[in-house]
Amino acid sequence: MEKYVYLTLFAPLAGSLFAAMFGMSKKNLITGIVTSALLFVSLFSSLMLLGYVDEEHIVKVNLFDWISAGNFDVSFGFIADQVSVIMMVTVTTVSALVHVYSIGYMDHDEGFNRFFSYLSAFVFSMLVLVMSDNFLGLFIGWEGVGLCSWLLIGFWYHKKDLPREIYPAISPSWAANEAFIMNRIADLGMLIGLFLIYWNVGSLNYDIVFKNIPNVDISIVVLIGIFLFIGAMGKSAQFPLHTWLADAMEGPTPVSALIHAATMVTAGVYLVVRANEVFSLIPNVGMFIASLGAFVAVFAATMALVNNDLKKIIAYSTLSQLGYMFVAAGLGAYWVALFHLMTHAFFKSLLFLGAGNVMHAMHDELNIKKMGGLYSKMKWTAILMIIASLALAGIYPFAGFFSKDKILEVAFSEHAYILWFMLWIGAGLTAFYSFRLIMLVFFGEERYKRFGFHPHEAYAFMLWAMAPLGILAVISGFFEHSFKEYVTAILPDYEAHIEPHIVGYILIALTLAMALSGILFAVYKYSRGGFSKKWEETWIYKLLFNQYYIPQLYETFITKPYAELSKIAWKDIDLKIVDATVDFIATTLYDAGDKSRVIQSGNLSKMLRWMAIGLIVLLIAAII
Amino acid sequence: MITLTHYMVLSGILFSIGMLGVIRRKNLLMLFFSTEIMLNAVNLGFVAVSKYIGDLSGQMFAFFIIAVAASEVAVGLGLLVLWYKRKQTIDLDSLQSMKG
Repeated sequence: MEKYVYLTLFAPLAGSLFAAMFGMSKKNLITGIVTSALLFVSLFSSLMLLGYVDEEHIVKVNLFDWISAGNFDVSFGFIADQVSVIMMVTVTTVSALVHVYSIGYMDHDEGFNRFFSYLSAFVFSMLVLVMSDNFLGLFIGWEGVGLCSWLLIGFWYHKKDLPREIYPAISPSWAANEAFIMNRIADLGMLIGLFLIYWNVGSLNYDIVFKNIPNVDISIVVLIGIFLFIGAMGKSAQFPLHTWLADAMEGPTPVSALIHAATMVTAGVYLVVRANEVFSLIPNVGMFIASLGAFVAVFAATMALVNNDLKKIIAYSTLSQLGYMFVAAGLGAYWVALFHLMTHAFFKSLLFLGAGNVMHAMHDELNIKKMGGLYSKMKWTAILMIIASLALAGIYPFAGFFSKDKILEVAFSEHAYILWFMLWIGAGLTAFYSFRLIMLVFFGEERYKRFGFHPHEAYAFMLWAMAPLGILAVISGFFEHSFKEYVTAILPDYEAHIEPHIVGYILIALTLAMALSGILFAVYKYSRGGFSKKWEETWIYKLLFNQYYIPQLYETFITKPYAELSKIAWKDIDLKIVDATVDFIATTLYDAGDKSRVIQSGNLSKMLRWMAIGLIVLLIAAII
Repeated sequence: MITLTHYMVLSGILFSIGMLGVIRRKNLLMLFFSTEIMLNAVNLGFVAVSKYIGDLSGQMFAFFIIAVAASEVAVGLGLLVLWYKRKQTIDLDSLQSMKG
């Protein structure tokens, strides 16, 4: 079985290196085909592992000893247990399909080969992240996905910066840097968490850490939990480090589908699930995680309500769904979080790929106010996106219904009624904005004609690449019981206890009613031309439209003062103190050399005199 | 009574005279004389101290210095003659071909 672990892990790397060989040359279809084929190899072997791994069979592979310094011993080891296999299957499924889709999407792009190289490198890093058997390997994968995300957000790095008034995010390279820097802040937290673990346990290996963590002082465990969660907050874009995710939409759409919806941003959730034995010791931190998650779930959903940018709406929706996952993880229902992670990966990447089709049809236009009535032109894209939106809204029998409803049940049975209420509101908002998007893009007046667009359906094979995701978005919810049995072999079992049973059914009905009313309201409102212009004048609309003014706030209170501070540090401290000191030493020596050079006159009698003087000086020095 | 102090003072005076000569004189021949004076000042010191503490190694060292000084003068004077043949002068300031 080891060979499947190796295949899963290294097939994407091989693809990436292969595509990298053609990196600077013209578009070569073979890079797309080879990387996609290797991704299917990876998918196949992770499916083999999925079938193989059970309670007796957990595959562990030790590639080589990596760092061995004193007592510090880390090996480059990989593990395929229930949790990592689920992640592997999710990651490879989505990425294999996204690779195929990208062949069509990046068809006319100059950097076709480069794109596939980056994309496969991302998959490799993500697999390192989920398959590592120690925290350091996880951290390497963590940084690897960060790097690939930076490369891919800034893929069109040649685009010029635009002022913020015209354009919400300034440029792809700006957005890429923002994402990278925000993640650096969080990674510091994560590193401190890892240091604390090593300091108190003496190892970073999962098995050893989780075995010994109950013996560690509880206040230290709280610190470890908090710092690890700070790392998770950055990668999963939780408040207040969330702004990068919406700006990351500057990248090509398949990247948004793969990295910023299905895989990388869920790494934070994976970390909390993986370190469940740490977090279950500290329910207070768990409660904090859950509260932050519920807050983000509503906070992000409200921003999605009014945005006009096709991809940003979906990005905020991703943020909101990540909040749902953290609620489940924070309340101790780790398998529910993982389940929502998986179903969300399927329907959200489907939604993004659909958005990619729309963008292609509209020549990269993102403003949904300029679309409308596209259903007649792009029937299949519309159907797939509606499926994804229904799944996102949580309508029976689509996948989102099962996983999201479980999270609400968890919140209720933990007596966190406020959280439940927030999530319930969030479910309504989710349904509303998803169908606002659908209505504005696919139905109603054909506004695009006014702007001179000639939309057309995407290539058939792109639609075929989306079809499996569409099927999974419909059926993956029905795997709930087998999924639970599978992962609770190593994750703590959690069963929501709501007494009496009838209350549970009422809750499901309430949630479903909320989602349905959100959908119906959106359909009703936007089939009649949407809200009036007056609504756009209200302060609440402006607040939401400007993302609560948080980007501006960060710019005024953090970025600009920091830039000023850096300028002071550069001009006053570095140039005037540090540089000046170093320069002074250098110029002193230089001048001294220049002045004393005349001693070397070659005149013997002068030299003899200097010799005598030297002798006397040395004699005096010896006497003193 | 002539004590060790007298010898040492004399040796010091001779050494200073020699050093002054080395610093002041421009004639190469005079420089040789000056170095000889310095060497012999040291010899005087060696011999006096050797006698004072009853150890013969000081006197032995003085003989060495005499021998070395003799050979140095022999080589040095040879070079001096060559130099005079080439430049028609033995002034110290003419020896400046390596001026930096």
